[in-house]
Parts: sequence; C-alpha cells; structure tokens
Amino acid sequence: MTAPDPHRRHCLIGLAAAGLVRPALAAPADLYRRGNDADPGTLDPHRASTVAEARILRDLYEGLLTDDNEGRVIPGVAEVWTVSEDGLTYTFTLRATARWSNGDPVVADDFVFALSRLLDPATGAKYAEMLYPVRGARAVNRGEAAPDTLAVTASSPRTLVIVLTQPTPYFLELLTHFVALPVHPATVRRWGDAFTRSENLVSNGAYRLRDTVPNDRIVLDRNPHFHAAASVAIPRVAFLPTPDLATAVRRYAGGEIDSLADLPGDQMAFLRQRFGDQVVLGPALGLYALVFDLRRPPFDDVRVRRALSLVIDREFLAERLWGGTMQPAYSLCPPGLDNYRAPPELEGRHALPIDREDEARALLAAAGYGPGGKSLTVGYRFNTGDNNRNTAVAIAEMWRGLGVATRFTYTDAKTHFAYLRDGRPFDVARLSWVADYADPQNFLFLLQGENDTLNPGHYANSAYDALMRNAAAESDLAHRADLLFRAETLALADLPWIPILHTRSKALVSPRLEGYRPNLRNVAPTRFLKLRA
Amino acid sequence: MIGFILRRLLQALPTLLAVVTVSFFLIRLAPGGPFDLERPLSPAALAQLRRTYGLDQPLGLQYVHYLAALARGDFGPSFSFRDLGVAELIARGLSVSVTLGGLALILAMGLGIGLGMGAALKPGGVLDRAVGFGAGLGLAVPTFVVAPLLQIVFGLGLSWLPLGGWEGGAPSHLVLPVLTLALPQAAILARLTRASLRETFHLPHIRTQRAMGLPGHRITRHALRAALLPVVAILGSTAAALLTGSVVVETLFGLPGLGRSFVDAALNRDYTLVMGTVILVAVFVVILNLVADVLCAFLDPRLRLGR
Repeated sequence: MTAPDPHRRHCLIGLAAAGLVRPALAAPADLYRRGNDADPGTLDPHRASTVAEARILRDLYEGLLTDDNEGRVIPGVAEVWTVSEDGLTYTFTLRATARWSNGDPVVADDFVFALSRLLDPATGAKYAEMLYPVRGARAVNRGEAAPDTLAVTASSPRTLVIVLTQPTPYFLELLTHFVALPVHPATVRRWGDAFTRSENLVSNGAYRLRDTVPNDRIVLDRNPHFHAAASVAIPRVAFLPTPDLATAVRRYAGGEIDSLADLPGDQMAFLRQRFGDQVVLGPALGLYALVFDLRRPPFDDVRVRRALSLVIDREFLAERLWGGTMQPAYSLCPPGLDNYRAPPELEGRHALPIDREDEARALLAAAGYGPGGKSLTVGYRFNTGDNNRNTAVAIAEMWRGLGVATRFTYTDAKTHFAYLRDGRPFDVARLSWVADYADPQNFLFLLQGENDTLNPGHYANSAYDALMRNAAAESDLAHRADLLFRAETLALADLPWIPILHTRSKALVSPRLEGYRPNLRNVAPTRFLKLRA
Repeated sequence: MIGFILRRLLQALPTLLAVVTVSFFLIRLAPGGPFDLERPLSPAALAQLRRTYGLDQPLGLQYVHYLAALARGDFGPSFSFRDLGVAELIARGLSVSVTLGGLALILAMGLGIGLGMGAALKPGGVLDRAVGFGAGLGLAVPTFVVAPLLQIVFGLGLSWLPLGGWEGGAPSHLVLPVLTLALPQAAILARLTRASLRETFHLPHIRTQRAMGLPGHRITRHALRAALLPVVAILGSTAAALLTGSVVVETLFGLPGLGRSFVDAALNRDYTLVMGTVILVAVFVVILNLVADVLCAFLDPRLRLGR
C-alpha cells in the first residue's frame, strides 16, 4: 500500500461537496429559529417553572391579559375589565372572538377550570402561590378547602369575576404570568398529563404546537383561530435550546439561529466587535446579591456587614467581569419598577473608594476585628457557572484589602440551593432573584420574617414586616410606594443581603428580525415580530 | 457457542442488578433533589411534588417499587421532563446517539485499521510517519477543540456544512459530529493495529511462512488475523462508548443524544432518567463486550471457550 494518490483525494472531497454536503442555504423565509436557553420541562402552564418555558408558553397561550413586545400589559382574552372601588373585585369581559386552536370558543369557565386546576394541590403546581392574592387560593392550595371555594366565577360565558383578599396593584400583571394561562378543559380531561403532547395540545394563543423533539426543538405554527391571527406575521417558530452559549453564538454567526436569548458574559467584547448592534442589552428584573447568615456571629453584627459591603467595587464587577451585561446595584429593587419611585441607595455610594475603605476599616475595628483585634475569615458559598467564580474571587480580593480572608465553597446549583433551603449554616452565600412582576413587593417580600423559604439568612425585623404588611393593605398607590420605600431603606441600613448587581437582558438579534425591543420584563412575543425577506 | 453466549448473558444479570442498586442509592446520596430550584418552592408545593413522585416514602421502599416497576419494563416518569416518560426520552436519545456512534464507529474502524495496516507494512515510510503524527495529534487534541475548529472551518469559513442541529438526522448535519467522534477513536485503532501487526510479523509462524516463500499478501492476511485480536478486544468498549453518546460532541453540535440528556439528568437530579440511562449503558457494555469476545473466539481458535 502506498500513500493515497493526491488527485484521488481531491476527487473524494469534490464528491463529498457535491453529494453529501449542502452549501449554506438562505434562511427559510417562513421560519423564525429562536434560541431558548434550555429545553422546556413541560408545556403545561400550571406546572412550568422556567424562563425558557415561559417564552414558549407566551406564544402558545393567551391569558386574560398579555404582553406586547415593549413589555406593556395589554388586553388578552379579556377585552375590557372593571375594578371595584375597594380594589378587590375584578370583572372581565371576554372577547367574543377568542378561540382555541380547535375552533372552540374560549369561555369564562375555561379560566375557572384553569385557576382551580393550578391551585388544586393534586396538580403539583410549583408556582401556585403566585395567585394567592385571589380569595380562597391559599386555602385551596393547602388542601384546606375545596377547589370550588375559589373566588373565581363565570357569571356568563363571557364574564369572569375574580375577588381578591386585599388590593393588589400588580394583579393585572400577574394575569399575564404563565400560572394564570387557561388550558382547554376537554383536552385535559381526556388526556390527563399527556394533554401537552404535540398530537393532543389545544392552545388559545397566537401559535399552536406542531412538533416536540426533546433537546432539539419545539416547533409552533400560526393558530388560524387566534382572534388577531391576521396580524401575526411569522408563520412558524422553532425554539432551539442553546445550553452551550459558545456553540450557540457560532450557529448564530453561521445563520442557523435568528436570535439568542442569552449571551456568554465573558465574551462581550468579542461579541460587540463581531456583531455590533446585533448585540442588544436591556433592563431586567434580576438581583445578584450576597446573603448573610444572621444566626452566626460575627455576621449578626451590622457593622461587619456594612464594612464588607462598602469595599465592593460594583462598577468593576459589572463592567470588567460581566462585560456590561450587569448593572452595579445599590438597592434591592432595580430601577424602573411600576408602582414605585427611584429606589433608595446604599450609604456611601458616592464616597471615594479610599473613604469607603477607611470607613469599612473603622466599622470592623469597632466590631473588634482588624489590627489589634481578631482576624476575620468569611466562608463564601456559591454555585458554579454564570461567572460566579470570577465574581467571588474579585470580591474576596476586595475584602483582602480590609485584612479579611475568604474561604470558598462552591458546588453545583442543586447542591447550593438545597443547602440554603434546608437552613444549614453558612457565612455568606450568593443568591439571585428574578422577579415575576415589575413591582417592588416582588423583591421586598423576600426579607419578610414569615417568608422562611426565600429568606435563607433568617432576617427578622418587626418594623420591616409591619411596613410590608401595611403596604399590602394599602390601596392608595402613592402611599403604598412610600411604605415600600421606607421598608427598602430599612433593609439597606440593616444589610441582611448585600445587593451587588442588577441583571440586564442580553440578546443577539439578527437584522432579519424586526420588532425586538428590550424591556424590563424581558418579553418578546413572537406574534409582534416580523422576519424580513 | 450458543451455550457460551447464554451463560455469559445469565452471568450479566447479577452485574446489572448491582449496577442498578449502586446507582439508585448513589444518585440519591447527591445533595439536593429534583425540585430544588434557584427559587425554592413553598413547603406545601414541595411536599405535594414529593408525594406525586413517591419520594416521601422510605428509601428502601422506593427501591423495591423501582425494581418492581423495572421488572414490568416501566422506567417511570422523568422528573425534569414532565411531558415524557423515561423510556420515550431514552428511545429518542438513543436513536440519535446510535446513528452518530454507529457511523463514527464504522469510520473509525475503516480509518484506524486501514491506516494502521498501511503504516505497519512500510515502517518508517511516509505513510507510517504521517499516521504516527496524525494519531498522536488525534489523541492529544481534545474533542472540545476539534469540534469548534471543524465548525469554524467547514461551517463559518467555507459554509459547506451546518454548524449544529439535528434536523431529523439529515446527512449534512451528521458529517462534523461523526468526524469529531471518530477521529480520536481512529487514532487509537491506528496505533493499536500498527503495533499489533508489527509484532505479529515477528511471530514464529509468520517467520516460517516467510521462510517458506509464501507471497506477501497471503502472509499479511495470516498476520492480520492474529494482529486484529487486541483491536477487536477493545472494540467492545469503544463501541459502547460511541453508541451511548458523547456529552461533549452532543452539546457542541446541539444534538439531542443520550450523552447530553444523561449529564443534564444527573445535574437536575432526574433520578429516573439517570437510572434508565445507566441501565441502558450497562446493557450495552455487557452485550458489546460479549460480541467482542465472540469475534475474538472466531479469530483465534484458542479462545473458543465452551467447546
């Protein structure tokens, strides 16, 4: 045997190019290939829990209210509604033209069925408590009352009445959330858990389910029965999971994906240079924070917490480590929320770094640490991925300037969050929170004493809790904002959590896609987008 | 031979039971559970979910229930993919992984054994040196470097091939992942074939044949039969590794195969999906090793056990 004849080798490549290999095709004109962080675990809106699922559900179903591509809450199945004087009774009039994808009309009873199903403990809905503002919801969900005691009633096929326990200024926005989406009762009754399969699913949104290939794609096509079908420009949309962001960026560059819903934060400089204004950053509803275990000294001492917070250079973290995909956070609530004003700010925000460091040193000395006192070692727990390690190392370096040593414990996400949930001891832990609605309550309730699942640091301040309770009962929006502002001011002085960064939405959007507008709620329903030919 | 195969299959049953038992308890030892999310669930929702999936029962009872269901061929529901059962998820992933792995195996065998033979026939020749260099490179450069390189050259640079996606197994979507999977295996096989064949040429019976003046191609044929023994012996585990999916290749090319689903399942603490995949891989390893043993016996009469 000899070395292969070079001519023959060329022939082989030629053959391969002619037969097997297809040249890069032009992007299909009728298909929007939409990158989605992960594969959905379910297309059952009542059992969903992730942002990736929310994105698909938003196209498949329409709630009483829904979102437009600017993140505004707009009428959905409900055409008009009235709210009683006391802010407790909402009466919705449903569109006469609302239809399921099999042609059935969408009626008020469908929503009664859906909300009862969500709150029925047998459903195992992960986020049922989102609708606890509805009268009877908590009792039904805890199995203490029958589902028919829920204050959601159909007084006619087109009239739905929902009664709340207390005024809830963000209630209409809640109704755009996936937990409040309707499901087709007959299909659910007939197929049970299998109603979400592509051969069974009946939906009432702008799109209907065509095909599901786990870990590959979810394909939807236009629902001809949708009340605004004529205005839906994109005939088909394929949601492609992109677990590896670097690969996703290459596929985007190769024209195989039209938009990405997330970007690798450590490659922003390259992405900006390569794709220019196709990189779209926007506001978002996320907080990246460090939480202290307040049961453990010395972290029960506010001076220690304040000292550790003062020396964190948030601008450096946001710009240099996160490539501008995060914003420095000096408050718990991100700016731009509804029903609020500009949030209060951490003390010392505008002080010079050197003054902040001096103050931090003085605080630590007063607490008995530093030169002449005890030495301080902080155990810092975080979960891997997400640039968390770089952030931890940078923060440890900032603390080192104070003579504080840091010990890292990092685990996979499940381990990290299970550890916190189980109430096990720690010094400081990374935590992030993505709000479900753009209201300060959805950030500030985290620190309420009675909230034991979401408050792993065990912050308990009766003044704070009283402010939050009063705000919840307050129907005057300005006064409510005032109470919440005072609560947040209190939390920023106590610092049970150190706010570090506010998240931003980051996306790559192909020039052939029109109508993508970054917005606080980070929504871009496909029905408002267009593909350029 | 049939008795041998049956006996081996029977012997595999306790092995499989041990695999099931160990992995059942190991995955549950991992901290956190399938329902620990970044945003913790309310205690009521968590309790309800645990009840739905039987996780509120004592571990021993869960194990007995799992074995009983398994005996009926029921792999249970997936914890992370609510809409699909474990059996369906595995079947879908397997069809992708077997297509990729099967093609990669054929390519690796053709390339590896062919080039290894060529190299062995003319030691020190151009081909030998090229194969030595190429095989070294194939072994040294990891998959997660090869895959992006191929994507950049053939996908972004030349625009000949798609960079990723499955598209129902369209041939153009298979080329790069199959190549990425096959190259390191081909390198191993080439080195092994070359070394083994060189060694065989020095064995007494080949030397005798040479002394008797047999034509070169007949000597090679004889030598090859003996030389392929070690190659065939490792083919079993190579095939098992290729056919049950590669997490790196599947992730980098965005393919819905078994490897990726397995790693995701472990990270999500999707107990049933992990178990199902582990059982499948164990069955593959047992069967493919058996096939390799049968092939060895076919090549080498001394190994014909059970006769």
